[in-house]
This record gives sequence, C-alpha cells and structure tokens, in this order.
Amino acid sequence: MDMFWDIVISALLVIGGVFGLVGSFGLVKLPDPMTRLHAPTKAATLGVGSILIASMVWFAAKQGHLTLHELMVTVFIFLTAPITAHFISKANIFRDWPADKLPRPAGEGDWAVHTADADTSQGELAVERETEAEEKAD
Amino acid sequence: MITYALIFAIACYSLALLFNLYRVVKAPGVTDRVLALDTMAVNAIAMIVLFGIWEGTALFFEASILYAMTGFVATVAFAKFILRGDIIE
Repeated sequence: MDMFWDIVISALLVIGGVFGLVGSFGLVKLPDPMTRLHAPTKAATLGVGSILIASMVWFAAKQGHLTLHELMVTVFIFLTAPITAHFISKANIFRDWPADKLPRPAGEGDWAVHTADADTSQGELAVERETEAEEKAD
Repeated sequence: MITYALIFAIACYSLALLFNLYRVVKAPGVTDRVLALDTMAVNAIAMIVLFGIWEGTALFFEASILYAMTGFVATVAFAKFILRGDIIE
C-alpha cells in the first residue's frame, strides 16, 4: 500500500512540474499578448493545483493526518486566476487595441474600456497614448 | 521515488521562475509584465508547498495562503492602475 501512495504522489508531482513549466514556457514563447495570457492562467493553475493535491496526499499517507489547508489554497487559486486573467485582458484591450480594430459588442454602446464617461482618467491616458504613438511614428 | 519526483518538480518550477523573470525584465508590453509577475506569484506558491513536502512540515501552508492572497491583490491593483490610472476610485 505504501508503494501505491508513492506512485500516486510522484505522478502528481511530475504532472504538476510539467504543467508549471509548460505554462511559463508559453509565457515566453507564444507570439502575441492574448495568447501569452492563455498559457500561464490555464497551465500554471493546473500545475499548482496538482502540486497542492500531491502535498495533501503526502501528508495524509505519510504523516497520517489529513489536512485541508491545501484544498483552501487550491480553491483560492482556482477562484482568483480567472479574475486576474480577465483584468489583465481588459488592461491589454485598453492599451493595445484601438477602438476601430475591435469587433463591435452586441447591442448598444461600446466596450466598457473605451467609454469615456465611465473613466475619469481617460483623458490623461489618451494623451499619454497619443504621445507614445507620436514617438513611435518619429 | 518521491525524492526524485520532488527534485524533478522543484527543477521544473525553478526553470519556470527563470522564464518568468526573463519575461518581467524583457517584456514587449506592460500587461505582459503584470502577467509575468502574477505567474511568478503562482509559481512561488508551488515552490513553497514543494519545500514544505521536502522538509516534511506543515508550517508553510500559511505562507502559501498569504502569498496567494497578496499575489492576487497585487495583480488586480496593477491591472486596475493600468486600466483606470487609479486603484480605488
């Protein structure tokens, strides 16, 4: 039975390590910001989840007491990863995509990141972006 | 056998952290930098948990929970600042 738990824990550790590595490699390798966003938010989350489950199984099998701390961390990461990904993709749309390049949203209105009245600091940042664009043009 | 798997996983995450560091230093855009920092925090959690297994102590969970929370708040604050020029409006 000991051997069985060894195999389970080792497999989980190896899977977690590979997924973490693939996620971070994708961050370096993939061509544009939106695809780069995709790699670590999926793969790295899965990798960390796997490592945390391995830790839980390890403490249950080897130390003989079941701890649920890891499950808490796993749930927290699985809840927060999509939120951070959403925020970063919104920031990316705001900075790198001009309004006329984006597909139109359904219904009336514009994308939330591009509506001027929703944003008190839009003016400043728009000026900043214009100067950046001018510098690039020069 | 667990020792070898543990060493493998730690090596994988070390390499992953190096990739992230490269992306933080040499990023094409500011959102990539924020994303790399977020991934770095997530990978650091994995490293802390792996170190906990290596040492055989349950002492490091609290550290990993704290790291998860501060990492999340930091990423959201960074993204909010890029998006709105302000964090709490």
